[in-house]
Amino acid sequence: MAAPVDSVGKPTAERSPFNSTSFQKKTRSKLISIPGTRPSVQNGQLLVSTGVTSLDYLLGGGLAVGTVLLIEEDRYDSYSRMILKYFLAEGVVCRHELFVAAAQDNPDDILQELPAPILDDVAIHKPVDQPRLSCEPQDSLDAMKIAWRYQNLPKVQSALASTSRFGHYYDVSKTMEPEIRQAAKCHRFYLPEHPTQTSSYSALLKSLQEVIHREGFDVPRSRNILRVGLHSLGSALWGDDLSCHDNPRHSHALTTFLYGLRALLRSSLSVAVVTVPSHLIQDRALMGSITRLCDNAIALESFKGSERETNPLYKDYHGLLHVHQVPHLNCLANQLPDHKDLAFKLKRKQFTIEGFWFECSHVGATKNKHSSAMSAKEDNGPSPSPLID
Amino acid sequence: MFTELNSILNSTPDSFTRKEFVLLSDRQSDASFLIHHFLSFYLRARCKVCFLGLVQSFSHYSAISQRLGVSLTQAKEKGQLIFLEGLKESLSILIPQEGNAESQAVDFLRDPTVGLRCLYEFVQSSLSSSGGGEDGTEEWGPPVLLVDDISVLLSLGVNAGAVLDFSHYCRATVCSQLQGNMVMLVRCDGEEEGDDGDDEGPELLLKGLTHQCSLTLHVQGLPTGYCRDIHGQVEVCWRRRQGDGQHTQKKLFQYKVHDKGASFFARGTSSAVL
Repeated sequence: MAAPVDSVGKPTAERSPFNSTSFQKKTRSKLISIPGTRPSVQNGQLLVSTGVTSLDYLLGGGLAVGTVLLIEEDRYDSYSRMILKYFLAEGVVCRHELFVAAAQDNPDDILQELPAPILDDVAIHKPVDQPRLSCEPQDSLDAMKIAWRYQNLPKVQSALASTSRFGHYYDVSKTMEPEIRQAAKCHRFYLPEHPTQTSSYSALLKSLQEVIHREGFDVPRSRNILRVGLHSLGSALWGDDLSCHDNPRHSHALTTFLYGLRALLRSSLSVAVVTVPSHLIQDRALMGSITRLCDNAIALESFKGSERETNPLYKDYHGLLHVHQVPHLNCLANQLPDHKDLAFKLKRKQFTIEGFWFECSHVGATKNKHSSAMSAKEDNGPSPSPLID
Repeated sequence: MFTELNSILNSTPDSFTRKEFVLLSDRQSDASFLIHHFLSFYLRARCKVCFLGLVQSFSHYSAISQRLGVSLTQAKEKGQLIFLEGLKESLSILIPQEGNAESQAVDFLRDPTVGLRCLYEFVQSSLSSSGGGEDGTEEWGPPVLLVDDISVLLSLGVNAGAVLDFSHYCRATVCSQLQGNMVMLVRCDGEEEGDDGDDEGPELLLKGLTHQCSLTLHVQGLPTGYCRDIHGQVEVCWRRRQGDGQHTQKKLFQYKVHDKGASFFARGTSSAVL
């Protein structure tokens, strides 16, 4: 749209109302924008990413701040630990603060195994690169001829551009570089360092509350999120006999802790991921009350070591994922995922979760000696095998 | 307040049965939408409500009640609603700090074997003090006690017998003595029969409360599995105590929860099907 020549030099306010629109964008938003969060489209709650994009989709867009995600571990604790590491790595990339608690491994070991993020541009903290770029001569090979107006803009995207995205991808074959990891503030709780007479869960709750209060996450004007990762609660190393006996003596120690955790999270800007070895807990009613005290609950069942590992039907996947609970906070209805049968696969650059169903094989493909999964691939295109025997 | 549920239960905010103990129960489902119905129903009926919100924060109940047309903050300021926020009060006991006053109502968290006497005294003191005597306070209707949800007390270590004692004491005070109503939510898990002999716990609590109550609404998933348009079924059971012994009347409905309410319909008449 060509503006008339005489109005180009005038300031906007003096233009006649017939030539320009009086639209002004209202930036009076009440939500404080914290990097790495976004409001939910369903009920306006603040969401953070779990680090796994397909899991975010399952949970309704992300993990709501103030809630707990319960992950029932798979038998060898490989994939649940992976999701915990994704969660913590996402916190590092978004510059949230971390709180890691474990009884078996040192939290420092968990933090050293975080996967490396795949960023499009230069990594977050390399300020030494900037002066080098700016003293390149302007008439270098990069001199722009068509888009010359953009010549003077910095060549590197600022770090904020990558952290304002919601959800990142990680390369699990590499670990996160120490400079990136050390830039994030991590609080640790390693149980052998806290010998207590009282239950270890109350020591953990007290420590978490101290961190929240000291770093100011419970103040209404807090500007950052605390990500809490609790590894393998309910295992015997936490001083709990839930996983050892059919009728544990203190069956309510873990549930009381989860109640206190919910109280802490609801009153502060934090989010927690808890993994529980549910395959060791025999009491189903107890598992039910643990699930109800957490807001989101998923269970992982990996195929490793079972006969399903060699079953051709499951050959594309590493395991099954069950969604046991999705919260409906601040609203009446909740959004369960459409598919109830979900399977996951850990690839190098992505953890995918897909709806899973058995493919019916072609009539003619049964003559093939290849597995039926082959016919699943042929379903999408014209099948070369004859339809009639 | 769900209008269809009002017509099923034959009650309106202007006229409802008094001295009633309503039990909401669910099995592998979520009946908490019914608690929001009863909360907004009794607030609209200008009753004095004591709400023990043990599982969620106040802002959660407030946000949903806003959508149903009732403001909890206003009701609290006027003195109509007494809200016990279990989560917030429990922190003062679970993480004891010097200089912080400990909440009396949730004192049972310190030693769950003691029982729920302190919680009962909280309920009694909040509902017995009628607001008619002081200047400026309005006269409210019959007192109502709402509990969401009572089975979390089992998770906190309280004995099922102690919870049944608590509900019996509350019923004696609220329903018989003060001629008010009581609504409790109890949540169950797993199959109905075939427990591994574990009688202490949710099943015992459910059976005991079902025996004490006068009206139950039992929420379950559909027997045929998960469906997006029909969220489950509700079984309404009246246990009338007429002079010539009890006779029960049962009705079964299916329901769907929306953003601003829930719709109830007879089996097979869902709008998605017809």
